[in-house]
Amino acid sequence: MDDLLREFLTETAESLDVIDIELVKFEQDPNNAKILDNIFRLVHTIKGTCGFLGLPRLESIAHAAETLMGKFRDGKPVTSEAVSVVLTSIDRIKEILGQLEQLEHEPEGEDRGIIAELERMSAIADALPKVDRNAPVAEPAEQAVERPLRPGEVSLDELERAFRETPSEAVVSAAPEQSTERTLRPGEVSLDELERAFRETSVESVVVAKPQPPEAKPVPAAAAKVEAEAKPAPAPAAAAPPAAAKAKPAGDVGGGDAEDVSIKNQSIRVNVDTLEHLMTMVSELVLTRNQLLEISRRNENNDFKVPLQRLSNVTGELQEGVMKTRMQPIGNAWQKLPRIIRDLSRDLDKKIELDMSGADTELDRQVLELIKDPLTHMVRNSADHGLETVQERRAAGKSEVGTIKLSAYHQGGHIMIEIADDGRGLNVAAIKRKAVSNGLVTESEAEKLSEAQIHRFIFAPGFSTAAQITNVSGRGVGMDVVKTNIDQIGGTIDLRSTPGKGAVFTIKIPLTLAIVSALIVESAGDRFAIPQLAVIELVRASTNGEHRIERIKDTPVLRLRNKLLPLISLQSLLGIEAEKPTADGEGFVVVTQVGNRNFGIVVDGVFHTEEIVVKPMSKKLRNIGMFSGNTILGDGSVIMIVDPNGIASAFGAAGESDEDEDVADRARAVENDSVAFLVFHAGGNHPKAVPLSLVTRLEDIDVASIEHANNSSLVQYRGTLMPLVYVNDEVERRSSGAQPILVFSDGTRSMGLVVDEIVDIVEDRMAIEISSQTRGIVGTSVIKGKATEILDVGHYLPLVFDDWFLSQDQATPAAKRLLFVDDSPFFRNMLTPVLKAAGYEVEAYSSAREALAVVKTGHHGFDVIVSDVEMPDMNGFEFAEACRGEEQLRRVPIIALASGSSPAAIERGRIAGFHDYVAKFDRQGLIAALKETASHLEAA
Amino acid sequence: MSDDMIHHGDSHQEYVTVMIGPQLFGLPISRVQDVFMPDTITRVPLASQEIAGVLNLRGRIVTAVDMRRRLSLPQVEGKAHRHAVGVEQAGEAYGLIIDSVGEVLNLAVDRLEPNPVNLDRRWASVSAGVYRLDGQLLVILDIDRVLAFGEEAAAA
Repeated sequence: MDDLLREFLTETAESLDVIDIELVKFEQDPNNAKILDNIFRLVHTIKGTCGFLGLPRLESIAHAAETLMGKFRDGKPVTSEAVSVVLTSIDRIKEILGQLEQLEHEPEGEDRGIIAELERMSAIADALPKVDRNAPVAEPAEQAVERPLRPGEVSLDELERAFRETPSEAVVSAAPEQSTERTLRPGEVSLDELERAFRETSVESVVVAKPQPPEAKPVPAAAAKVEAEAKPAPAPAAAAPPAAAKAKPAGDVGGGDAEDVSIKNQSIRVNVDTLEHLMTMVSELVLTRNQLLEISRRNENNDFKVPLQRLSNVTGELQEGVMKTRMQPIGNAWQKLPRIIRDLSRDLDKKIELDMSGADTELDRQVLELIKDPLTHMVRNSADHGLETVQERRAAGKSEVGTIKLSAYHQGGHIMIEIADDGRGLNVAAIKRKAVSNGLVTESEAEKLSEAQIHRFIFAPGFSTAAQITNVSGRGVGMDVVKTNIDQIGGTIDLRSTPGKGAVFTIKIPLTLAIVSALIVESAGDRFAIPQLAVIELVRASTNGEHRIERIKDTPVLRLRNKLLPLISLQSLLGIEAEKPTADGEGFVVVTQVGNRNFGIVVDGVFHTEEIVVKPMSKKLRNIGMFSGNTILGDGSVIMIVDPNGIASAFGAAGESDEDEDVADRARAVENDSVAFLVFHAGGNHPKAVPLSLVTRLEDIDVASIEHANNSSLVQYRGTLMPLVYVNDEVERRSSGAQPILVFSDGTRSMGLVVDEIVDIVEDRMAIEISSQTRGIVGTSVIKGKATEILDVGHYLPLVFDDWFLSQDQATPAAKRLLFVDDSPFFRNMLTPVLKAAGYEVEAYSSAREALAVVKTGHHGFDVIVSDVEMPDMNGFEFAEACRGEEQLRRVPIIALASGSSPAAIERGRIAGFHDYVAKFDRQGLIAALKETASHLEAA
Repeated sequence: MSDDMIHHGDSHQEYVTVMIGPQLFGLPISRVQDVFMPDTITRVPLASQEIAGVLNLRGRIVTAVDMRRRLSLPQVEGKAHRHAVGVEQAGEAYGLIIDSVGEVLNLAVDRLEPNPVNLDRRWASVSAGVYRLDGQLLVILDIDRVLAFGEEAAAA
């Protein structure tokens, strides 16, 4: 392609983007002459260049648009309709440019319609009275004042006028080699051409200026000044008499032009490929430098040290510099949005305000390219689905104007982008219906899903709830594409929605893809890189240290801050064997987060973090899901980059819930009833399970160490005798070897529950499908597709310690009466014994209404109330408020049980009247809270 | 000067000869980028067995193909003196790990004989034919076919 044409295309595309934005601004602020000037100038330049390059279609559209803009400049009122027509014509220009780029010549086409429309608008504008816009044209005197301010700009237009008035022959005679062009369209093209000519040759400019004496007397003088300065500008020719007299235009203008030129010289266009190549070379240089440093380190006292240090520093700076050239403000991806929003608000008949902040946040251009479309799509979505119409907003008591807030900021090596609207929020019911009709969930499953889980369906492929396919959204390109694009660049997308208040999407993306910070680890003698992005923390595990790798059957787990972290050894995952096996249980755990799921990768050693240059893997290796690429380290060796996503999916069965997990949704943790279960076999056909959180420890005990005394089995455990209970009579009494036991502890006492075999730890929703009549079994639940009996731990505790409950009674002689409300039979069954054990007389109810009815009817004299927060019909907050309303209950403390404890929820609970807020599985916490409220009451 | 020494356009082809196990092989010189001594090869877990690993050749990551494995030949202890032939396919660099490099032979194309019908399947799948040299046979390797194993692995 012709260089000139290419430059024209890039330049014009940029100008058009600016025009888009400026026009939208102008429409809102039609009296801003400055914006208008800017638009006019850009359109004018486009028109001029088109003429110069021989692109008649583009030129005629631009010309008609310019004429209309000229009317605005002349002070005619700006109508929204007129702006729309101008925008449409800009679109047409873009379209032609797009084809031009492919065909390298102007495509055939008919633009009469759009030109006629523009002309019609011009005619309408003509008929309208002028408005005062401080237009420079209207007041020549002011123009003179303005001109010294922006000499390079205004003078051009002025010059044009001068030329229009000047007979064309004058110009022709002055510059014969340009005459052909100019005679054709003297008034229009000559300007730009002339400007270029002026810049290039000083002599000619003077010649051009000379034949103009009749129109502009002082011009010869101005031209002379210009000559003296050897910096001719088009301005002197334009210098109208008053200006020349007032403000030494030649000198000023010349200076202004020089400034203009120097600004242009400060930035140059560089082909992206050149930059990419530069980046590659710098990466190589960095690697070579690292190699040299490594060699130098090995050879002490060599002469290379000092120059090498220098080389090292220079290389570092060079790398940084080149990286910078790749950085672009995110605003580049937003440029088109104001225009899109403007069009949308017209199409959808909504009032929309787009609020953008952090546009100057920089990120790698490669990343920028990839998020451009998703961002645009999401903003469209917010406008189309999120925001309500003016009537709806008014009816909802909101301001008529809906706001879409787009913000970007840096956060720990990432860019956070937020798209927030104050619209209606996601329509949970519609999403649910659609999810069911799309076969993503069954109706009954859908009923059990939390809102946050339902929200996440919008990321499912082909999911769109827009009832009709509008121009705006609902074209099948949905949020799934957005999510895929964001996944591709290692980013995550998060969503919060409040009905009636709006929705917030948060996108977290890495700054750059080319160079990432990675943790270099060792496994079985090989080194691997784990992207720092996914790493949360590093834990050293040892058999006698603070953190110990424990095994449940063959599944390694780590206890980390009261949570069990599933572990996977990189060695076994990759099927590599060490030459000398490392001591079992020793190693480092790289705590990793993928989506919302945490897991630990066990490695033998951790070296350091290093900025690595990610290089794509050979095609032959791409089928290995465990790696995302490879890189060359400072010492010149190649290492593989581990893909945390690949590892996450290698967690086998757990992978099923992958889709859910991927969408990081913090709210989920609060609302989801997902519980980790320890699944085991203990006689019978069905596997059995207990919530993992109730289990203190898992042990394999040598059956030889089991002692029998007084009709019960005991084992010495951690210095005390621990009673053992067999889950049932069917549990095999082994005579030799080891037998697995689950240890339950409460305070100082422990009990061992003997089972046949520990199977697995799984996470699933807790739903008792069939309640059980069998003692010791709460009921049957489906866990990972299998019918599993849930053990009632409360049944076993008193079996070994007759005084398990009694001893507590002694501490609190008068048993306190406790009202316990929880809709889940599981928790009622699980916590009732615990509460009884703590010395309370418990009355449990399955719904808040039922409980409220009971407390209202009689004088039960409850001392304390423990209530679940999330319950259907009447939730815990409402229940607490209702209790506060009851005279006899006003002083009774209420403790909330919640599956999550966000500060906001705690605050809400406090307002509702809860005394304390305890996590559902935190038995110790609950007992402590009960004790505290009790002592508090006694003190009161 | 014998005819063999003169390049006759299409009628002759130059081959880099290499030893892999007990056998002499020929690689079309037009496909050979360079011959080098692989320094440290990083093994790639879970990769197909033909892949010896990846290595750094002047700042470029090269996938090393163990030619003994590719040809189902027994592994040798101590790979210290092994060589590699650098080839390129579809913009990716590969290093074929071989035992040693011999001379470059210029051979007439019409002397190339088809593979014997009873040639080992695996060998036949990568061989473009055989030359009868004095005292030994030269098996010509088709580089694209030599590198056509990843797909099998992916399909398996």
